[in-house]
Amino acid sequence: MSEAALTIKNLSAGIARGPMLLHGVSLSVAAGEVHGLVGMSGAGKSMVGRCVLGILPAKVAITGGSIRFAGQELVGMAERQRRRIGAGMALIPQDPLSALNPSRRIVSQMTDVMRLRLGISPTEAAARALALLHEVHIRDPQSVLRRYPHELSGGMRQRVLIATAFACEPKLIVADEPTTALDVTVQKQILRLIRDLQRSHGTALLFVTHDLGVVAKICNSVTVLNAGRIVEQAPVAEIFGQPRHPYTRALFAATPRYDQPGGAVG
Amino acid sequence: MITRILSRLLQAIPTLAGVAVLVFVLVRVVPGDPVAMMIPPGADADVVARLYAQYGLDKPILTQFVIWAGQALHGDFGMSISLRQGVTGLIFSRLPATLELVAFAATLAVLLGGALAVFGTRYAGRAGEAVVDGLTGFILSVPDFLWGLAFIVGFGVLLPLFPISGRNDPSYSLGLASDFILTESFLRLRWGVTADILAHMTMPAVALALPLAAMIARVLKSSLAEQMAQDYALLSRVKGFSRWHVIVAEALRNAAIPTVSLTGVQVTFLVGGTVLIEKIFSYPGIGSLAIDAVVNRDLPLIQGLILTFAVLFILINLLLDFSYALLDPRLRHG
Amino acid sequence: MANPVPGTLRHALTNWRVLAGGVLLLLLAIAAIFASALAPYDPLDQDLAAQLAAPDWHFGADAHALGTDSLGRDVLSRLIYGSRVALTVAFVAGFLTAIAGTAMGLAAGFFGGWLDAVISRAVDIWSSFPPVLLSIILVALLGTGLWSVVAAIVLIDWTRFCRVVRAETLKQRRLDYVDAAVVAGLRPLAILWREIVPNVLPLALVLLTLEMGLAVVIEAILSFVGLSISSDAPSWGGMIAEGREVVHQAPWVLIGAMLVLLATVLGFNVLGDGLKQELDPVLR
Repeated sequence: MSEAALTIKNLSAGIARGPMLLHGVSLSVAAGEVHGLVGMSGAGKSMVGRCVLGILPAKVAITGGSIRFAGQELVGMAERQRRRIGAGMALIPQDPLSALNPSRRIVSQMTDVMRLRLGISPTEAAARALALLHEVHIRDPQSVLRRYPHELSGGMRQRVLIATAFACEPKLIVADEPTTALDVTVQKQILRLIRDLQRSHGTALLFVTHDLGVVAKICNSVTVLNAGRIVEQAPVAEIFGQPRHPYTRALFAATPRYDQPGGAVG
Repeated sequence: MITRILSRLLQAIPTLAGVAVLVFVLVRVVPGDPVAMMIPPGADADVVARLYAQYGLDKPILTQFVIWAGQALHGDFGMSISLRQGVTGLIFSRLPATLELVAFAATLAVLLGGALAVFGTRYAGRAGEAVVDGLTGFILSVPDFLWGLAFIVGFGVLLPLFPISGRNDPSYSLGLASDFILTESFLRLRWGVTADILAHMTMPAVALALPLAAMIARVLKSSLAEQMAQDYALLSRVKGFSRWHVIVAEALRNAAIPTVSLTGVQVTFLVGGTVLIEKIFSYPGIGSLAIDAVVNRDLPLIQGLILTFAVLFILINLLLDFSYALLDPRLRHG
Repeated sequence: MANPVPGTLRHALTNWRVLAGGVLLLLLAIAAIFASALAPYDPLDQDLAAQLAAPDWHFGADAHALGTDSLGRDVLSRLIYGSRVALTVAFVAGFLTAIAGTAMGLAAGFFGGWLDAVISRAVDIWSSFPPVLLSIILVALLGTGLWSVVAAIVLIDWTRFCRVVRAETLKQRRLDYVDAAVVAGLRPLAILWREIVPNVLPLALVLLTLEMGLAVVIEAILSFVGLSISSDAPSWGGMIAEGREVVHQAPWVLIGAMLVLLATVLGFNVLGDGLKQELDPVLR
């Protein structure tokens, strides 16, 4: 394993004057590695991603622990500085429908981040967006750039979002259930696409999902969360070989079908 | 787009015709005789008959309607009984004042309401939001009638910042060609005059704008909150944009769509509100004209004014319709 | 099903909004009822020697605590007598509006079908007109005077009740106990009267309180523009109109009438909000 791109230690978070949502979560994602974060809905897995990205809901706050990224401590950092550090991160969101602004053209939603982060001109950014759309195998990218989100299919929208996530060569991408909202056939293609891009760009990936089948296809190591606590943490082969915790076994039972690690996708 | 405008305009014609018939009938069935108010007690029967003939009130009601409608189609709405002038000319000389007031008030309402909503969204869950909620609640709990009067007492008399009546300082002649004196003085670069007109307009416009502004602030804030919870707003923050940027550049436009549909009818209420506000501030528009017409039972003038308001309401609804298309790309292409 | 309203009303007296609004309105009612005993002057008495006299707090037979108007009439006395007009309109117009609107809303919500379609459409069209403009046009058609004002208020505001009561009736209809009543063989009107009306009443009561505040304002507006009772008779709207004329010389006429009107409206609003809070569990 190489040096860690992201290290979370003992992270706790909760609703102000309310219940705790995360209890001492620790995990690390090595550079170029895919780390799965698994749990049923409400287990707190998305909350970990939002802590890392600094987009917690208004009432939720980090109450303790540390998040280290690019040699810097993120917990307690001022928002302005936090936004600058964020250049090294990106998000592939769950719902490609609501993750694109319905009233802005694709080109502007892809290039705004490049112009902000890379400081390049609109023309340069548009050229780069075009190249990225090629990379995610979108047909006729030139015209897609000019369209509005409602004119694209769900799979195409997710490809656009994936392309945008890789636009500024981030060190870490958080993928929050990126295939859940898609058709089964499209799911496979999208998963393969994320995997391919992650490998060719050498990006570390924190992959949040409830689906162990997906984990088997894409992840190197896994953290299993239940009710905001880690119940199991291991390389994929180990967990799939012999899940130790009963909760993990229950998750396996709830997954209708799963492939062995390193199976279908490769 | 052009075909849509045309079809909407065509649809407006039967509506207007309906309003015209309704107004005509309503005004005729009213108890009380308008001519009786003009003649001194004990006047000659001949004089009375001549007055009736002059205003066409001696003919059968159907004939009266045909004559009235025929003239109305030529833009002639008869003579005002109380002011003894042509109704059409009277309305057109007063309409610009009202239009400028309404435009100014609506702009203020949108800017103020929008600013409050954006501010309240930026500080959601904190003191800033509570201040916005308290302010809009307070504005809405005081009847708008009293806002205008409170301004007169507060900023017209106790702390005399603004003039309390009229549209401009009558002590000098404007020397302008049109009755759109705010617009024209601005375009002619006579900004001293513009400032004077704006000073006269400020209090009535703010009084008109406050309830609409509070309404817009409420509706827009709740739809902004909805938009800010959408993934695209989160994604924009991950991209590195500030909350202000996300609210203004991403969420505002989408939140504006439901806001326009929910507060649209309030814009027509704002136009209706000119009636009272113009009376309070002695502002020479069609609103104060309408009250004088009603108080004097000036039937031709009332008819003309109701039709004028109907046309204004139809135009406002048209504008609102097109603002959806402007805001929502899905409608533009669909 | 026992009617939970009376117990709730008793509990409502512990709500500060209900108390504050209630006390304010009680004072107003006392002023209206005992106006002749409370007012220091006859509201119509003109004292041309004391025109536009400033408020004056010394005790004496000729003191005008809130000043006088341009005819030398005592502002305080006119305000006290003006509460009669305001409260009369509030109660008469308020109750008539509530009855008309509630009846329409019940009919639309309970019977549904074409009746509902017609009433709902009428409500939609009617409430898309600006109320101030509509009230002025209506009074123009009905003729000036207090009863025209009441009629105009009923004609404009019945939609407020109708809309809300219809929605509530629809909600109640879908609840189990109405089905149970149908099974038990009660006739539709009996179901409406015994099962639905008692459950819609708390809501109508809240709306009625708010409506009374609105009625006071509409009456004041119509008096202000000279379409309500004659300008001699003491009414707050008329005093506002008169005070507006002399605002530079005697701002107290306008300020006094405005404050009384504002206090009354806020009294009704606060009471209505408090009742809504208290009756809300009943409405669930």
